[in-house]
Amino acid sequence: MALLASRLGRIAYLMACGLVFVFLLAPLLVIVPLSFNAEPYFTFTEGMLRLDAEAFSFRWYRQVATDPVWRRALANSLLIGTAATLLATALGTLAAMGLTSRAMPVRRLATGLLISPMVAPLVISAAGMFFFYSALGLAQTHLGLILAHAALGTPFVVITVTATLSAFDRNLSRAAAGLGAGPWLTFRRVELPIIAPGVVSGALFAFAVSFDEVVVVLFMAGEAQRTIPRQMWAGVREQISPAILAVATFLIGFAVLLLWTVEWLRRRTRASAGYQPYAPAR
Amino acid sequence: MNGAGLRAAGLVLPLAAFIAVTFALPLGTMLVRSVYDPTVAEAMPETLTRLGEWDGAGMPDEVVYSRAAAELARATEQGTLGQVASRINRVRSGLRSLLVRTPRQLRDSPAGPRREALLAIDERWGDPETWHAIRTAGDPLTARHYLHALDLDRARDGSIVQRPAEERVYLRLFARTFAVGLAVTVLCMLLGYPIAYLIAHASARNARWLLAFVLVPFWTSLLVRTTSWIVLLQTQGVVNDLLVTVGLVADDGRLALVHNMTGTLVAMTHILLPFMVLPLYSVMRGIPSRQMAAAASLGAGFFQAFRRVYWPQTVPGVGAGSLLVFILAIGYYITPALVGGQSGQLISNFIAYHMQTSLNWGLAGALGGILLASVAALYVVYDRVVGVEGIRLG
Repeated sequence: MALLASRLGRIAYLMACGLVFVFLLAPLLVIVPLSFNAEPYFTFTEGMLRLDAEAFSFRWYRQVATDPVWRRALANSLLIGTAATLLATALGTLAAMGLTSRAMPVRRLATGLLISPMVAPLVISAAGMFFFYSALGLAQTHLGLILAHAALGTPFVVITVTATLSAFDRNLSRAAAGLGAGPWLTFRRVELPIIAPGVVSGALFAFAVSFDEVVVVLFMAGEAQRTIPRQMWAGVREQISPAILAVATFLIGFAVLLLWTVEWLRRRTRASAGYQPYAPAR
Repeated sequence: MNGAGLRAAGLVLPLAAFIAVTFALPLGTMLVRSVYDPTVAEAMPETLTRLGEWDGAGMPDEVVYSRAAAELARATEQGTLGQVASRINRVRSGLRSLLVRTPRQLRDSPAGPRREALLAIDERWGDPETWHAIRTAGDPLTARHYLHALDLDRARDGSIVQRPAEERVYLRLFARTFAVGLAVTVLCMLLGYPIAYLIAHASARNARWLLAFVLVPFWTSLLVRTTSWIVLLQTQGVVNDLLVTVGLVADDGRLALVHNMTGTLVAMTHILLPFMVLPLYSVMRGIPSRQMAAAASLGAGFFQAFRRVYWPQTVPGVGAGSLLVFILAIGYYITPALVGGQSGQLISNFIAYHMQTSLNWGLAGALGGILLASVAALYVVYDRVVGVEGIRLG
């Protein structure tokens, strides 16, 4: 009897978990087939349910790919994202090296400052940036958005690289110094190759932050700096066209790619730092 | 500080300086704006000096009138009259149009004492309340915006009073924001705990897949996730279609699931759930399954073993996840703006409204200041309890 109750409990528990996973994934999974809808509707047509080939089409993908507005948005997103990522990664990696040094003074305060862009509500940051950058003539410029996005991305670089460095064996640096290498040579030939996976993960995070950021763009960008999220915002606010779903599907694919890369890098870091490859405790 | 300390600080300095200039300073100017606004003081210095000597009861003297006429004319030439007028209008509403048309009408009025000319334009120029409003708006340093953000006002005698009932908006809004934050945190906790447990104690192969199911939404664009919920929940959307097909809901009785509070809660819970699952998962992974088996062999039922052995060890993860979700939730802007309709708007949405539409930047700064202070306080708690280094990304 007790066994039966515990069996039933286990089944109920697994079903509950299944529902939560459906809740997590369904919204994304529903979007993908709907983006191939031949009709301008947001629900499954009868033809789609019968898997009629004619009910599906690439028309929304064609529309997005040929629309100069979306093409410019993609170009802006890539330009701003790449430049912001380079800036955030360079500054963030240096800072993480300093923060993990045992001699670092006022570490807690410094960490607080460096992490603050991630914690502060975006609307407040965006509003402040709008005033400040306007006064400097940087509002409605690509440079202004690059600086703003770099600032928002650096905490992610700092956190990822710091985590990688905590597994780094400092004796390697000391050995390099003992063999006559200066700090720069040690960094380039010994430290960087080992922490590279962490740095790349941080860079991917910073890029994802910029590629997805819309609040600062809403406040600061002019017509000429509109990014993909800004264009989506406009589309959702006005009248959702299925073209948005095509863009969304593209972005979901992009997210899967990023995630896969970061997980691959994570496993590599563990391996190179002498850890067992990823295995959950059992 | 020794050499190593200097070198470490030198590595951190470039980023610290970069953040200070591109982020902290802009945030600071925003907060300064909430207590300091020199618009009127700069446009009407002479008038304000003379008004300082006015007894506040009767009409001010001719000097005040002639200086005000001259300085309003100058503000018109410099193109700042609009800002000055709306600033004064916020102290006493209805004065904007008066201030904007006065200089134009003064130009056509005959020479002579300005007091008569102004009174001829509008009798409100003889009302002491008008001059009180100008004097109040002329003080560049003001706590008014913070009082306003707390539904308070300063009476003429300087005492602090509640605003009239129909103007009390913001305390309720803060309460709603914190309530939504709390509700989302609890929902994330209820949904996140079971699946974190499942992932933490699954076989390595299954765990990788299940974890990926949590991480894919985590990495997917916020706008995509919000859009998905609109598509799913709208009246002609997938969920309503399904309910109608199954027969739970009549076709003419489709549920309003989006553009209201329901939409905000569902979408925000979905978006913030990974932030709860990941810290829970990393804590649970460190708890051997043997413990539960040991408790069972000593005679504990499942619930007793869970309550006495498992749960206490996961409390740090619950704390970390809850704080993180709550901090993020109270600052949310995009999702409530898109799926919240009227009833699902949060404090951030009003900050954006005052920034972009009503152009009451001082009030936006004050609301932002209060929100930021709440977040900062929670951040300090988080740092003490969990440590910022413990944040797990992906």
